[in-house]
Amino acid sequence: MFSVLKERVGDVLLPGDEFCCGPQETLSLTDSGKPERLVAGPGIRQSGDRLLVSRSGVLRHKEPNKFWIESQQRRYVPAKGETVIGIVTAKSGDVFKVDFGGSEQASLSYLAFEGATKRNRPNVQVGDLVFAQFVVANKDMEPELVCIDGSGRANGMGVFGAGGLLIKVSLGLVRRLLAPHSDLRADLEKLFPCELVVGMNGRVWVRAASVQQTLIVANLLQSCDTMTPSQRQQLFKRVQQGGL
Amino acid sequence: MAEPAWSRRRINVTKQHSATAFPVFPPKGDTSVMAGVYGPAEVKVSKEIYDRATLEVLVYPKVGLPGVRERSQEQCVRETCEASLLLSLHPRSSLTLILQVLHDAGSLLSCCLNAACMALMDAGLSMSCLFCGVTCAISTEGEIITDPTAAQEKESRALMTFAIDSKEHRVMMSSTRGSFSVQELQQCIAISQKASEKIFQFYRDSVRRRYSKNL
Repeated sequence: MFSVLKERVGDVLLPGDEFCCGPQETLSLTDSGKPERLVAGPGIRQSGDRLLVSRSGVLRHKEPNKFWIESQQRRYVPAKGETVIGIVTAKSGDVFKVDFGGSEQASLSYLAFEGATKRNRPNVQVGDLVFAQFVVANKDMEPELVCIDGSGRANGMGVFGAGGLLIKVSLGLVRRLLAPHSDLRADLEKLFPCELVVGMNGRVWVRAASVQQTLIVANLLQSCDTMTPSQRQQLFKRVQQGGL
Repeated sequence: MAEPAWSRRRINVTKQHSATAFPVFPPKGDTSVMAGVYGPAEVKVSKEIYDRATLEVLVYPKVGLPGVRERSQEQCVRETCEASLLLSLHPRSSLTLILQVLHDAGSLLSCCLNAACMALMDAGLSMSCLFCGVTCAISTEGEIITDPTAAQEKESRALMTFAIDSKEHRVMMSSTRGSFSVQELQQCIAISQKASEKIFQFYRDSVRRRYSKNL
């Protein structure tokens, strides 16, 4: 199924490229009988039988029916369920305004923290870093963040940030860091022990044992954005040997 | 009829803050324009549109402050971009496109259009189609020249710039100066459509080079 698209997986596509995914003419006897629906991810728009590419990038595929365009970008557009690092910019009544690098600021209710009640308010000041996830994130409404998951537990989210460094990287690097078997993360682990908080909005917070090591890790992350794996491993080896 | 003549083309794409890209795009001679895209970002309440993004285009000349000529170029570029961007995906946001003229040796408006399209595409903004700009000049003898130099533009009887889209190769925007007949206009449109295919192939090759590194 979707053979027209599958043969283009790995190709670079441009906005305006169109594919026709009509219904299959022949049904094999082993098919369950239900036509598979294509799931169009970021960069692909579906209108009836036609698939239109709306971003430039590489076409990727995940079994059985998910297709998306992987592009290199720096600007973040919020999506529900993604965890981001935000900076608290204002406290207005019962709600904090958080800047996450998007087109408008998100709101974070003071009750959306673990163990917060009306009497027991969380200790959040203006300027604090919060690691939160989007519970409302669409183009028509103001984005909303929460620091608890569905069962009411913090699960790693909340206020953090004493003593580390916050840097801005591209969205592609963040996705590579968060991928399940990430080479980049494996290489970093061999360097120095450090604490990393990675937000999907392109923000990464680093803390290592000393200020110098923190700066080294931050600079490495920013520079290995555009390096191939072999160049990156060479750079990391140089750092490990104390060359930098 | 003149065939389009391309000189050396360079494309430098580097990343700055937010969603920026700056391609340097010389169609003929050394006309160069640097383009930067910022957005989707916050927009002033007075400028916000409830169901689509507000696109602002700024053209800065090489010398001096932007004047009336830059305003008309901005309007041409903005109308073309608004027709090809999917602005309804970012309501109440602003997209800013800044074009800095580095060198003007003729065909400036089409150079701006090409730079704008590459910058928007590189920034990851959703577009329904790509566009390119082609300039045609009709000399006093009736010869049609594409991508004229500044000297050819000055001596021409008519000067036309068309923005052509990538899906159906139709004219999205036209800006003309001078006097010409209907047949000449149609001939110029046909030549521009043929020339646009080369520009779109250049876009494809540049993007392919950009994504060629296996990161």
